[in-house]
Amino acid sequence: MGIPVLYTIRSAQVRWVPNLVAVVSIAGTVAVFVSMLALASGFRATLVASGSAQNALVRRAGSTAEVESVLTIEEVRTIQDAPGIARDDQGPQVSPEALVIVARPLRQTGTDANVQLRGVSPRVWAVRPNVRIVAGRAFTPGLPEVIVGKHAARAYQGTELGSTLRFGGTAWKVVGIFDAGGTAFDSEIWCDAVLLNQAFQRPAQIFQSVTVRLVSPDAFSSFKDALTADPRLRVQVDREIDYYRKNSQAVTRMIEILGTLVAFIMGIGAVFAGLNTMYSALSARVREVAVLRALGFGALSVLGAFLLEALLIAAIGGLAGLFLVLPLNGWTTSTINWQTFSHLSFAFRVTPRLAFEGFFFALGIGFLGGLPPAWRAARWPVARALREL
Amino acid sequence: MTFGTLIWANLRRRKLRTLLTMASFGSALFLYGILRALHGALYGGVELASASRLVVINRVSLTQPLPQAYGEKIRRVPGVVAVTSANWFGGVYQDERNFFPQFAIEAETYRDMYPEFVIPDEQWQAFLRDRQGCVIGEATARRFGFQVGDRVVLRGTIFPGTWEFNVRAIYRGTRDLDDTTQFWFHREYLEERAGGWVRGMVGWYVVRVADPDRALEVARAIDARFANSPWETKTEPEQAFTASFVKQMGNVQFLILTVGAVVFATLLLVTGNTMAMAVRERTGELGVLKTLGFTDTNLLLLVEAEILVQALIGGGLGVLAAGAVVPGLSRAIPGMIFHLSLPEVVSGVLLALGVGGVAGLLPALSAARLSVAAALRRV
Amino acid sequence: MVRLDGQGQGLIQVRGLDKVYRRGSEVIHVLQGLNLDVDAGEFVAFMGPSGSGKTTLLNLLGGLDRPSAGRIIVDGVDITRLSNSELARWRARHVGFVFQTFNLIPVLTAFQNVELPLLLTRLSRAERRQRVEAALRLVGLADRMKHYPRELSGGQEQRVAIARAIVTDPTFLLCDEPTGDLDRRSAEEILDLLVALHREFGKTILLVTHDMRAAERAPVVLHLDKGVLVEARGGVGV
Repeated sequence: MGIPVLYTIRSAQVRWVPNLVAVVSIAGTVAVFVSMLALASGFRATLVASGSAQNALVRRAGSTAEVESVLTIEEVRTIQDAPGIARDDQGPQVSPEALVIVARPLRQTGTDANVQLRGVSPRVWAVRPNVRIVAGRAFTPGLPEVIVGKHAARAYQGTELGSTLRFGGTAWKVVGIFDAGGTAFDSEIWCDAVLLNQAFQRPAQIFQSVTVRLVSPDAFSSFKDALTADPRLRVQVDREIDYYRKNSQAVTRMIEILGTLVAFIMGIGAVFAGLNTMYSALSARVREVAVLRALGFGALSVLGAFLLEALLIAAIGGLAGLFLVLPLNGWTTSTINWQTFSHLSFAFRVTPRLAFEGFFFALGIGFLGGLPPAWRAARWPVARALREL
Repeated sequence: MTFGTLIWANLRRRKLRTLLTMASFGSALFLYGILRALHGALYGGVELASASRLVVINRVSLTQPLPQAYGEKIRRVPGVVAVTSANWFGGVYQDERNFFPQFAIEAETYRDMYPEFVIPDEQWQAFLRDRQGCVIGEATARRFGFQVGDRVVLRGTIFPGTWEFNVRAIYRGTRDLDDTTQFWFHREYLEERAGGWVRGMVGWYVVRVADPDRALEVARAIDARFANSPWETKTEPEQAFTASFVKQMGNVQFLILTVGAVVFATLLLVTGNTMAMAVRERTGELGVLKTLGFTDTNLLLLVEAEILVQALIGGGLGVLAAGAVVPGLSRAIPGMIFHLSLPEVVSGVLLALGVGGVAGLLPALSAARLSVAAALRRV
Repeated sequence: MVRLDGQGQGLIQVRGLDKVYRRGSEVIHVLQGLNLDVDAGEFVAFMGPSGSGKTTLLNLLGGLDRPSAGRIIVDGVDITRLSNSELARWRARHVGFVFQTFNLIPVLTAFQNVELPLLLTRLSRAERRQRVEAALRLVGLADRMKHYPRELSGGQEQRVAIARAIVTDPTFLLCDEPTGDLDRRSAEEILDLLVALHREFGKTILLVTHDMRAAERAPVVLHLDKGVLVEARGGVGV
């Protein structure tokens, strides 16, 4: 015979102070656990979303990051002729790009942060169809004009529409703000690649990378094979999405290691708190347990009732923790991505999966904290318990 | 018997509860240790930065180079005592995950600029003699098992190709958080092999000033010297330079503080509640002690002492455990130096005592304020 | 000598003692203008039905509770005017308590329980040991010093409690139903012990009980009824 669930709920209600403490400790643990993982998942998602499976990124062989790579105009032309590249009436959808990292003061702190200044070709709109102008207009090729990603516009001083930025020897006019759908490009500033090289006294025909739009994601391997087999080129070819995924690894790994470690230790602490709460709940309820047993409830029912109470407390704590963290979802923060050496804005992402993980983490704490006391309650000899009254 | 015996006897009354309470303190203080070490790993460099050194970089950003000819011009700026320079190499040892920073340095002047790094003289001389020689920090040397005389091969990323070096020296730090992960080699070797733009261009300059109090003045003078040239400079005290990196990481400090606050608030609640239960259980006995002539203060101290002992033992073990684990973190997250110093350990224990003291306050007060007559009725 | 007219000059002088409890809107007068004088060396038993205020009186005499009105002067000191901490020190020096439920500290040995009140004195470790051993010898438990309360019988526990009450050589002993939880034989042993303490060591003992047989052992028996004391038996002076 099972002990009514109502008994469990009533018990949890009656001893609300210690139970509240247990709820709070579990809620805190879950909140930290989920928010740290949401941080890592947001960072990864931002970078992974930056790449498209249908795009390929070509860099000089050996360079880990785009900014370290150098490709000449001859190499770019060779790449443009490779098979598998999507074409339209304006020719192949290829964007040779030049990158310079420039330091700009942040709005929030006034201190400098590195922003990627990306010189793109006029074909970039075909290569990255997910990037849209949301204010102003696109830059005019050949003019010192820049467009600013929406996160960069929010993060850096002097990036308002119509203002002027000084990079290298040139004054650039901000003519547009673009939205790249929350990807890494949103943290960048874009301009004409040729002008960028001029401004920084670099050879005019030098680029860092070439991004190409493929006819389909399946065309990647034939494209890659063609380039790597070409004796004129020494390049490495990655799916854009893979490049960005790899880019996110170092930082996400660090956040995940530390976040999990912290949450794990907090979880252990919460288990101790749960054990303490349930054990003292138990010693205060020797009489009740004995009476229940005397009434004919089996040891298993007592075990079940106590465990259920612990799980109930844990579930409430878990939900409270999620409730605390949920407002963080979509909250934008930023950090330096060591891979590109530049500042990157990204949003916390509390995914349903993370929420589930957090909730089950709470239940796990409740189970571990509730089982030993429940076990003891179930094994309590009825006669002795009644005598101890 | 002493008061200590009484406290000890009370702690042994419910051993499981005492153990769990100490474990709560332990886990919280363990976390404190980890977070403290993380904070040190992120911000330690800022605190260690020398007040007498300036860093000169290209105004555009650190990734843009400066002409080598600037070195002599900077040296002539009043207030400057010494100048050295370096280039970022960005090579990969076997795998990208094996990251450590590599600098192509100006060998004649670099060592004198960083007196905190210690290199045996004969090793340094051997490095100077070998064009392909390199100097490795002991943390990196230990991580990969490099020894003097070994050959190290790096794959260039900015400077393509396979680069071979001979380990000629290993440097040590003199302070706990000194960065001993760096790898230095001759800039002549870089220029010779890489050629191209790097010929005559350096990544950044490091400047020593005569008077740290006038460092900002000197920094302004350097920047003014190169204003309106094709390569404008940005000169900052080393501390500000290091801090700018840390600041770019975002507000990690806030994150650490938040987590710490959550942990300790929870600890406060949990232990306070436990102690309150302990006092409630013992109401009768506390009443008896009062009849024996124990004063309110005696009982207050008795209850406080009980929780403080648990805080001390649990918290102490926790923070020591963190100290034992922290070196492992340095290995798990390469490129960051985790360390827990003695003052940090001590302040952790003090923090535990503080939390214990506050958590015990309400239960201790309720014990002190106990009406004996009421307490005895409950016996 | 014991007097109830408030005219004595003895060790304990109680004058016009009132104790009022409030239970909700109800006001209960437990003690009403109670007068009592007890000279040093007396052994007085207080009797009365439960709820008559016996324990309240004892708590007031022991400085555990404060009266609503009236004064209690012990050895020239008006304890109703003492602060809480002064009162605690006064208790440590002057009062030995014996309770119905023994009230030993379960986590301490018999020896440690007896030693407990001595922690509040300036006695050296050796002096304390000497005193504790003497007290335990007196109650006949010299061989049980290392035992914990749960390892002792009820009668033995109460004897430890008596040893604890006398170890500081207090001015008087307050015993609240000391035999209430004991079987007949143990109860007799405890009463024998109290009588011996009174006769041989001249201890002043105030005993609260509703057990006639316990009360019979005291030379003076007072009856508490409706908040005032009346003489039941023995030598109450006028």
